[in-house]
Amino acid sequence: MAKAPRAIPDAPARANRALSFDQRMATALFALLAVLPAASHAAAGGYLLLLGERAMIFAIAALSLELLIGAGGLVSFGHAAFVGVGAYAAGIAASHGHGDVMTALPAALAASALLALATGAIAVRTQGVYFIMITLAFGQMAYFIATSLAPYGGDDGLSWPTRSLVLGTRILKNETVFFYLCLALLIASYLGISRLVASRFGRVLRGLMDNATRMEAIGFAPYRYRLTAYVIAGAIGGLAGFLLGNQAEFVSPAYMHWQRSGELIMMVLLGGTGTRYGPMFGALAFLVLEETLSRVTVNWKIMLGPLLVATVLYAKGGIAGAIDAWRQRPQPPVAAVARRRPTRVLAAAGRGLLASAGRLAGRWRSRFRFAGPRTVAAAWGAVKIACGCRLARLAPLAGRGTRIAGARRWWR
Amino acid sequence: MRRTVLRLEHLYKAFGALPVADGVNLTVLAGETHAIIGPNGAGKTSLINQICGALLPDAGRITFDGRDVTQLSTAARAQLGLARSFQITQVLARFTALENVALAVQARSGSSFRFWRPADAEAPLNRIASRCLATVGLAARADTLAGVLSHGEKRRLEIALALAQAPKLLLLDEPMAGAGSEETQALVATLKALKRRHTMLLIEHDMAAVFALADRISVLVAGRIIASGKPRAVRANRAVRAAYLGEAP
Repeated sequence: MAKAPRAIPDAPARANRALSFDQRMATALFALLAVLPAASHAAAGGYLLLLGERAMIFAIAALSLELLIGAGGLVSFGHAAFVGVGAYAAGIAASHGHGDVMTALPAALAASALLALATGAIAVRTQGVYFIMITLAFGQMAYFIATSLAPYGGDDGLSWPTRSLVLGTRILKNETVFFYLCLALLIASYLGISRLVASRFGRVLRGLMDNATRMEAIGFAPYRYRLTAYVIAGAIGGLAGFLLGNQAEFVSPAYMHWQRSGELIMMVLLGGTGTRYGPMFGALAFLVLEETLSRVTVNWKIMLGPLLVATVLYAKGGIAGAIDAWRQRPQPPVAAVARRRPTRVLAAAGRGLLASAGRLAGRWRSRFRFAGPRTVAAAWGAVKIACGCRLARLAPLAGRGTRIAGARRWWR
Repeated sequence: MRRTVLRLEHLYKAFGALPVADGVNLTVLAGETHAIIGPNGAGKTSLINQICGALLPDAGRITFDGRDVTQLSTAARAQLGLARSFQITQVLARFTALENVALAVQARSGSSFRFWRPADAEAPLNRIASRCLATVGLAARADTLAGVLSHGEKRRLEIALALAQAPKLLLLDEPMAGAGSEETQALVATLKALKRRHTMLLIEHDMAAVFALADRISVLVAGRIIASGKPRAVRANRAVRAAYLGEAP
């Protein structure tokens, strides 16, 4: 019999929950980022702000790439091209005096989407390693075209006259405003892609990754769905490019180089595919690693490489995979915990009471869910046993007969 | 005269020098269960693959429900109401049984280019899917990942998937393959119930199952249909006994 695969994050049982685990992790990340400007001004003199912006921009790019890799099974090795083309489109528009967000942003999205449509029309006909190679080739084509764009800086890149204007104002020049724009667009990308993956379209896409033969037999032609996903991911890559160009007020062919595409794949793998929060954490982790390691030595990639290899080898599924494994670790019986750490059981019991109070209150249920269903169940076990209630009634709550039996022995 | 659902005319297909379909003519009438039997390597699965579009014939014509579908893709044929099960089970391992079937329902109910509403929450899809699962006796396993279902359960899921397509013709490629004797009996009972409402083309090695289910049987040997008719007539046919049952003529 086949080994049980890792639980998929979009399992229907979770659909009705107030917030899925993925959403809670993402919310935590967004909250952390939201307070970063204040911390940055207080501590690091604005330096953290720039790092945060970069992390969010690459998180958007990684999210869009994860849509292809994790939901579509399409390992695109040319995703940086969409980022670069987005930055070029907005930069070129700006250099011709169309630097307003209302023109530069649509230009970036449209240019990337068009490139994705044109290259994807050929690329998504292939699979596996051929798809990797063909997207790599298209990415490099975009790179070399950019290097030969003499009117727009060629090899040296294109300096933007200024950051994009909002209603004629230079409000994005304010680093804090720009930071929150990045955050808003990251949240929008996260929500949009999460909805998309769970939607009818996303389900078809995931189904095609799982078993294309079966999907064709029930009437889904893979090509249209894969191409659409490729175009959407390309456009979101263009959004990241728009922000990246804005941040630096500069764009160069290096944005599109295949090494950049490789780094994006690393971010996705480091974070973990099959989740939405994973790629965001992956991008953050990658940039923080890059930042810290490059302070230690100029040859920081020597250290980054083995670290990534170790991640792939030992933390299957990246950061998200490791977190998942930790969440699904075997739970010690209540009795064993109680013997060693009585306070922990008391704390869990308290959380359990809190959770039940919340449930009674009806509203704000999710607020009390942080204890996790297992802990709550275990805590309930402890509380009820302590109260001397009938053990039989606990079984459905605790869900683990052995744990109750163990607890019963201990409490006697 | 009953309507013809599927008609194969002079179908020819060869892999190199080996012909797997050598001028096959076959009709499946509405409401009947037509079985194709034949020794290993006779070209049965290749024939199914040509009918459903996974293989293109070198020559000949396939008409399904009054339309020439010879050049249509698998997905297009499925959309017309041609549903199949696979000899080697093909299910979406990382989806629950219910989601598997709900996807098959989704394929024929409205556009799948919808990007916002969660598909899991679409009650009409899940309702029809649950009914299909119940028909094959998998209702209790609806929330189990298809990848961890037992072999027999996967076979049943395959049938549920085909049913969910509201098919005009069910192509069943060895539905009993690898199933134990009890499972086979249960599957035969399920198929017997389905037979009343569906037109089926059945490929099967289990002769007891074939004679229990089929209204007509065609015998395929080396890419040719050597006999076709009622089960009793086929059983008595000398050429069939010689070629297939291994008896001297």
